[in-house]
Amino acid sequence: MSALTDLTLAEASAALAAKKISATELARAHVEAIDRLAALNAFILTTPDRALADARRSDERIARGEARPLEGIPLAIKDLFCTEGIETTAASRILGGFVPPYESTVTANLWRDGAVCLGKTNLDEFAMGSSNTTSAYGNVVNPWKRRGDNRDLVPGGSSGGSAAAVAARLCLGATATDTGGSIRQPAAFTGTVGIKPTYGRCSRWGIVAFASSLDQAGPMARTVKDCAILLRSMAGFDPKDSTSADVPVPDFAAAVGQSVKGLRIGVPREYRLDGLAPEIVSLWEQGIAWLKEAGCTIHEISLPHTKYALPAYYIVAPAEASSNLARYDGVRFGLRVPADSLDELYEATRGAGFGAEVRRRIMIGTYVLSAGYYDAYYLKAQKVRALIARDFDAAWQSVDAILTPATPSSAFAIGEKQDDPVTMYLNDVFTVTANLAGLPGISVPAGLDAGGLPLGLQVIGRAFDEETVFRVAGAIERAAAFDAVPQLRAGA
Amino acid sequence: MSYVIDGATGPWEVVVGLEVHAQVISKAKLFSGAATDFGAEPNTQVSFVDAAFPGMLPVINRECVAQAVRTGLGLNAAINLESRFDRKNYFYADLPAGYQISQYQHPIVGHGTITIDLPDGTSKPIGITRLHLEQDAGKSLHDQHPTKSFIDLNRAGVALMEIVSEPDMRSPEEAGAYLTKLRQILRYLGTCDGNMEEGSLRADVNVSVRRPGEGYRTRCEVKNVNSIRFVMQAVEAEARRQIAVWEEGGVVEQETRLFDSARGATRPMRSKEHAHDYRYFPDPDLLPLVLDPDWVESLKANLPELPDAKAARFMRDYGLPAYDARVLVAERATADFYEAVARGRDGKLAANWVMGDLFAALNRTGRTIETSPVPAAALGRLIDLIADRTINGRIAKEVFEAMVETGEDPLAIVEAKGLRQVTDTGAIDAAVAEVLARHADKVAEYRAGKDKLFGFFVGQVMKAMAGKGNPALVNEVLRKQLG
Repeated sequence: MSALTDLTLAEASAALAAKKISATELARAHVEAIDRLAALNAFILTTPDRALADARRSDERIARGEARPLEGIPLAIKDLFCTEGIETTAASRILGGFVPPYESTVTANLWRDGAVCLGKTNLDEFAMGSSNTTSAYGNVVNPWKRRGDNRDLVPGGSSGGSAAAVAARLCLGATATDTGGSIRQPAAFTGTVGIKPTYGRCSRWGIVAFASSLDQAGPMARTVKDCAILLRSMAGFDPKDSTSADVPVPDFAAAVGQSVKGLRIGVPREYRLDGLAPEIVSLWEQGIAWLKEAGCTIHEISLPHTKYALPAYYIVAPAEASSNLARYDGVRFGLRVPADSLDELYEATRGAGFGAEVRRRIMIGTYVLSAGYYDAYYLKAQKVRALIARDFDAAWQSVDAILTPATPSSAFAIGEKQDDPVTMYLNDVFTVTANLAGLPGISVPAGLDAGGLPLGLQVIGRAFDEETVFRVAGAIERAAAFDAVPQLRAGA
Repeated sequence: MSYVIDGATGPWEVVVGLEVHAQVISKAKLFSGAATDFGAEPNTQVSFVDAAFPGMLPVINRECVAQAVRTGLGLNAAINLESRFDRKNYFYADLPAGYQISQYQHPIVGHGTITIDLPDGTSKPIGITRLHLEQDAGKSLHDQHPTKSFIDLNRAGVALMEIVSEPDMRSPEEAGAYLTKLRQILRYLGTCDGNMEEGSLRADVNVSVRRPGEGYRTRCEVKNVNSIRFVMQAVEAEARRQIAVWEEGGVVEQETRLFDSARGATRPMRSKEHAHDYRYFPDPDLLPLVLDPDWVESLKANLPELPDAKAARFMRDYGLPAYDARVLVAERATADFYEAVARGRDGKLAANWVMGDLFAALNRTGRTIETSPVPAAALGRLIDLIADRTINGRIAKEVFEAMVETGEDPLAIVEAKGLRQVTDTGAIDAAVAEVLARHADKVAEYRAGKDKLFGFFVGQVMKAMAGKGNPALVNEVLRKQLG
C-alpha cells in the first residue's frame, strides 16, 4: 500500500489514466493511512464513505474515457472551506454543529474536476495562528521529529492540518488559506510545497472569513507541479466574490518545467534581519547559488518599508477579523449559550465559543477601529500597506521574481513560543508582505537544518504572474532535490 | 412672512434639517438576490448573504445603483463616479452580520437642491447635502412570546437611500413641503414608492432653535417619524420644548428623541446604555463603486419629466395658472390623467373638470385616479360634447354623474336621456315668449331697470327647456324679446 500513498499527484493521475491503479484503491489507501496516523490530529472530520463513493464514480468515468483533470485524486480540505452537508468548524467551538447548506466555490471547482474528498483538516481557530495550537479540536502534530528529540513539533499554522496531512502522505494534496503566511509557513515546517496565489485569483466565496482583504486560498502538495495542477482547478473568476479577478487561468503546470535562464531574481536586503539564524542565511545563499547556476541573474533590491509590514499586518488583519466575526452571535447558527437578555446572550455565547487567541485579536481589532484610535492605527496601517505595495512595484522594474527565506526558523516544539504572542507573530515576518501587497508567494522545501528539520525558500512574483513563480520554484525544487521524508508517514 | 415662535423672552427662529430613509424600488436586495416584497411571511425572503452565514459575500445590485443615480439626478445633485461602501459595526439581533454596509465617507451622490412649494404660493430652494446607499436591518418582534424576541430578516439587506438635507428649513410648513416634494420626486422617478405607512419612507428630523440672526444652537434628532403631518407636528413640538429649556435658563443637550403622536410631544429615546462607537471602516469585501459616465448620461437621458418641469410646461402649453399646475402635477398619475384629457382640448376647461368634478367624484366614491370610474378618454369626450355644443355645461354635469354611476360613454348617455342641447331658435323663441308671458310683472320690473332679473328669466327658460337650451342662444333671444 505504501506505494500508492507515496505517489505524487501527477504520478497518481498518470497511473489512473493508464489504469495501472484504480481510484478506489487509491482512496482506500489514503483512508487507511488517515486512520493509522490519527494521532497526528490532522483531520477534524474524515469522510471515508464520501471518499469511496467519489472514487467509485471516478473509476466509472475513467472506464468510460471521461476522466476530468483531477479525476480520482484524493484531497484533504482545510476546515475553513464550507462544504455542503459536511460539518464545517473553522476549528472553533462557536460554529459547533454548523453544517453549511452550500459548497465553497474553490471546493466546488475541485469536485467539478473529479477530485475525491477525504475530509476536513485541522487548523488554528479561524485561521488565527502560526502553530495550529489554537484549534478547539486540539493541536496538530508535525510528522517530522527533531533529531535526538522526541518532543512533538508544531506543523505551523494556520493550515497545519493540511500541511501535516500532505507531509505524512495522508492525501495527495490539500486546500489551504493564507492571510499572513498560513500556507507558506506550514509548508516550510513540513517539507511540503504551498502557494498563496495573487489576491483575487481564487474565489473567497464560501470560505469562512478571517481578514477579507488578505485571505486567499491556495493548494499544498508534495511537489511544485502538483500545486500547479491543483491551483488551475481551484482558481477562476467568481461573480459571487466582488474581489475575485476576471482574468484567464493559465496552465500553471506547463510553467513548472520551463527554464529560468535570463530571469532576474531580486534579493531584498531588508529581509536580512538582525539575528537571523545562520542556517536560514546559508539556505538563502544556497538558493541564490542554485538560481545563478540555472541561468538567472541576481540583483540586490530594496523593499524599504518591510520593517513596518508585520505591525501593519497585525492591525489590518485583527481590524477586519473583529468585524467579520461579529456574525457569530448565537442568534442564527452554531453555538448558543442561553441567557436572559440579548447582551448576555452575546457575552455568554462569544465568551464560551471563541478561544483566547481569537478573543485577543477581536479585542485588538475593535481597539484599532475605535473612535480616537482609527487614524493612529488602522489608517496608518493602510498607508503602510500602500507603501509596501509601492516598494514591490518599484522592484518589478528591475526583477521578475524575489527570493527570500519562507520562515525565520524551522518547526518548534508544541508549547514553545507560547508565552508571548509577539514571538509567535514573528513567524510571519517574511510572508506577510505578499499578503499586504496581494502578490503570489510560494514556499518550496530547500533543505534541512542541523536538527534534520525541513526549511523552505519563498519566491514572490508579480500580481497574476504565478507562472514565473512556478518556474522559479521548479528550478529550486530540481536543484534542491529534496527527498527527505518525515518520520511519521503512511507506509513508514 | 417668516415663521417665528414668540417665547416669554422674545422671538425664536426654528432650524430644521431632514434625513430621509427611502426604500429603493428593486426586485432584489442591495447585496443579494433575495426578493423585497412587502408583507411576505417572516423569513421567506432571506438569502444566506442576508442572514450573514459563514463565507457569504455581498455583490452589489446594479439596479439599486441605477435607482440611486436616478434619484441623485432628480435632485439636481452631483453624481460621484467613484463611491465606497463602509461597514458600520454594532451588535443587534436583527443585524445578522453585526455590521451594516453603508456609504459613510464617500457617498454615491453629493450636493443637490430641490425647490419646495409653500402654501402662500412662494417657492424656496432647499439644499441636499448627500445621498448614500445602505442596507436596511431586519425586524425584531417582541410581542410574539412572553420571554423571547423573534427576528424577521425579510427586510434585512433591502436597499435604502439616505437623503440628507441642509438645515435650510425654518418652519413646520417648510419641513412638510420639503418631505412632500421629495416624496413626489421619488415617486415620479419610480425609485421609491413613498409609502410612509409601510415604512418605505421614514424621516429623522433635526431641530434646533435660535434667536433671529444667531448662529446654530444644539440640535436634537427626532427619529423615525412616519407621516408628513407628524413631521410638521414634531418640528413644532420639539421647537417649543427647546425654547422652554432655553428660556428657563437650561441648556439643550444633543440627543435622539422620539415623537409621540398621541401626546403630540417628543421624548428621549430610552436605553442610553449603548454609547455606540460604530467603528466605520471600508468594507474589504467590496471594491470601490466606479460608474461609467456614459451609463450615468444614459440614465439621465431616460429620466421622466419631473414635477417642476411638468408644472411649468402645463402652465405654458395648457395655459394653466400656477395653482392648477401644482395641484395637477402632485402625483404623476394625476398629471398623466390630466394630460390625456387636456391634449387637443381647452386646457383650463380640462383642469376645471379634473380638479372639480372628477376629484369630488373620487373622494365620494373612495377611488383613486388610477381606479377612476371615469377614464380620461371618456372625460375628454364629454368635454368634446360641450365644445361642439352637443350639450351645455350644466347638462354636462348631469352626464358626468351618470358616467360615474354607470361607466357609460357620455354620448350614449346624452342620446339615451335625450339631453342634446336645443339650438333651434324657433323652440327657444317659443320658450322665451312663454316665460315672459307667464311673468309679465317681472318683465315690467326688468324694463323699469331691475337688471338683476335677467338671470331669473334665463333660469326659467332653461327650466322650461329641461336644461337643454343653448345658454348663449337663450341669452340672445331673451335680450331681443325683452328689448
